[in-house]
Amino acid sequence: MTEYQMKASLNQGKVRKSSEFLRVLKQLSYNKIAMFGLILFILELVLCLLSPVIAPYDYAAMDVIHMNETPSAAHWFGTDDLGRDILTRILFGGRYSITMSLLSVVVSLIFGVVIGSVAGYFGGWVDNVIMRILDIIQSLPGMLLTIVVSAALGNGYLNTVMALSVNGIPAQARMLRAQMMRVRGSEYVEAAQSINCSQVRIIAKHLFPNSFSPLIVQASMAIANRITMCSSLSFLGLGVQPPAPEWGAMLSGARQYIRDYPHMVIFPGLAIAVTVLALNLMGDGLRDALDPRLKR
Amino acid sequence: MTETKNAPFLEINDLKVEYFTKESVVHAVNGVTLTLEKGKTLGLVGETGAGKTTVAKSILRILPDVGARIVGGEIKLEGRDLLKSSEAEMRQIRGKRISMIFQDPMTALNPVQRVGDQIAEVIALHSNESAEAVRKRAEDMLEMVNIPRERYSEYPHQFSGGMKQRVVIAIALACNPELLLADEPTTALDVTIQAQVLRLIAQLRDKLGTSMMLITHDMGVVATHCDTVAVVYAGSVVEYGTKEQVFDHPTHPYTIGLFGAIPNMNVDERWLHPIEGLPPDPSHLPTGCAFHPRCKYATEACRTGEVPTVITPDGHQCRCHNTDAVLKGEGK
Repeated sequence: MTEYQMKASLNQGKVRKSSEFLRVLKQLSYNKIAMFGLILFILELVLCLLSPVIAPYDYAAMDVIHMNETPSAAHWFGTDDLGRDILTRILFGGRYSITMSLLSVVVSLIFGVVIGSVAGYFGGWVDNVIMRILDIIQSLPGMLLTIVVSAALGNGYLNTVMALSVNGIPAQARMLRAQMMRVRGSEYVEAAQSINCSQVRIIAKHLFPNSFSPLIVQASMAIANRITMCSSLSFLGLGVQPPAPEWGAMLSGARQYIRDYPHMVIFPGLAIAVTVLALNLMGDGLRDALDPRLKR
Repeated sequence: MTETKNAPFLEINDLKVEYFTKESVVHAVNGVTLTLEKGKTLGLVGETGAGKTTVAKSILRILPDVGARIVGGEIKLEGRDLLKSSEAEMRQIRGKRISMIFQDPMTALNPVQRVGDQIAEVIALHSNESAEAVRKRAEDMLEMVNIPRERYSEYPHQFSGGMKQRVVIAIALACNPELLLADEPTTALDVTIQAQVLRLIAQLRDKLGTSMMLITHDMGVVATHCDTVAVVYAGSVVEYGTKEQVFDHPTHPYTIGLFGAIPNMNVDERWLHPIEGLPPDPSHLPTGCAFHPRCKYATEACRTGEVPTVITPDGHQCRCHNTDAVLKGEGK
């Protein structure tokens, strides 16, 4: 059998969409580091989602006798200033921190992609108007904007997600716009016009796939940023409300004990660091896997 | 239909296209008039920047929205003016009745789409067939350009330059167009591949009965593949006739210069013979004949006013004041 025939027999009978997905997955599996990141992240996600089942204590139960305890067999990560088990709180906290930051990145990606595509493809005055509006949004300090939106919308899970998203939209839109402008002049876009592709089709099939890979990396990095922002909001009394655990809130709550009981800061900090690391490793690998030009 | 068989299939009348920026207006095409009969091949020859590609893009109406405008003229496809057609009508024409082969195969394919899908795209856009039928036709097209159908699912970077150009040709011919605009299809390829690709285009053209407008700056390519030739200089046709007329009796000083620039293989020549000077800046075209600053036959009349199109003794068109002097070789 020649190489072609072998490839052909491999390709036969495969459904197109799923084969594309499988290809990316296969490509990702070659990258050991990215796989490590992916597995680490999935593990974290599963643990956090299962927290009501596997957590050893109630996340809000106070225990005055076991206040400020360092790690032990009973409390693996020790207890905090109110005697609450830190491991339990980290598990429950992950449900807030991870899902909120993920969701907010998805929301800002969606808005960023739509706005960036329109600006990048049409250019001219459309681009000008959109970019000036984004300029206005970006001229406000990011944290301040998030606080303002959060304060205006009020507390609550979805409101906080929205507040976290707004800030990320301009960066995503800008990056996609710049990429699109680079790709727009390409001959294959002209070629697509010459065979009568509609504008929507050109954007979706020709421009977007060639310009979105930097967004993936930016998004995976942005999740890390969102986790810390989310915690800043909690610290200010916006966002997630106590006694609900949230990694950032736990960090800021434990700040005052950092000299005497560093474990209170170390463990939530570690949780954030591990998540961010996992996402960054995964994001890097994903970008390579999504780009067929880098295929081995 | 029988009596209109010899009527022009494509007729371009006095086409004028400008590119404009805030500072200047670039006169890319200044009154091009051409006709192309069904099944024939027209060669469009000229220097880089002479406006050849702009003519082709005007026919498809894919000039950039911003910065380009068709100022005047008409482009008639079987009597219907494409410039006055609605966008909906153009959509029926693009890719289906008229298609284009692009200059650089390295960039004319979408790098992140499978080559087969790119061929299938044009078929799907112009037919209502099922996905399997479209795929089958796309695979057939691949085979038609001598690429194994098994390579449908590969990406452009896995193909060589010549193969990519063949894919581009397959895309252009996928819907059996009546008119093929080949924009320097071999410029980006090396000489051996050039011959292959041109032979392939010619074969398919003859097989499918397609008319073709071949844009090139290679006189050799024109000699082998074209029926009629239009020499373009600074956005206007300076000489226009059948291949034999233009090659045997070049009349415009520019055409003569072009032929003079081809080195003679039988003599050991140390120097090439270029046409003196540079092509004019299209945003500041010289008045009168655009070629007069470089022309050794130029007279006072050439510097101002319109240049007449004259019919040369052998019957082809030439845009020059001094054809008599040129034919006698009475230059300065």
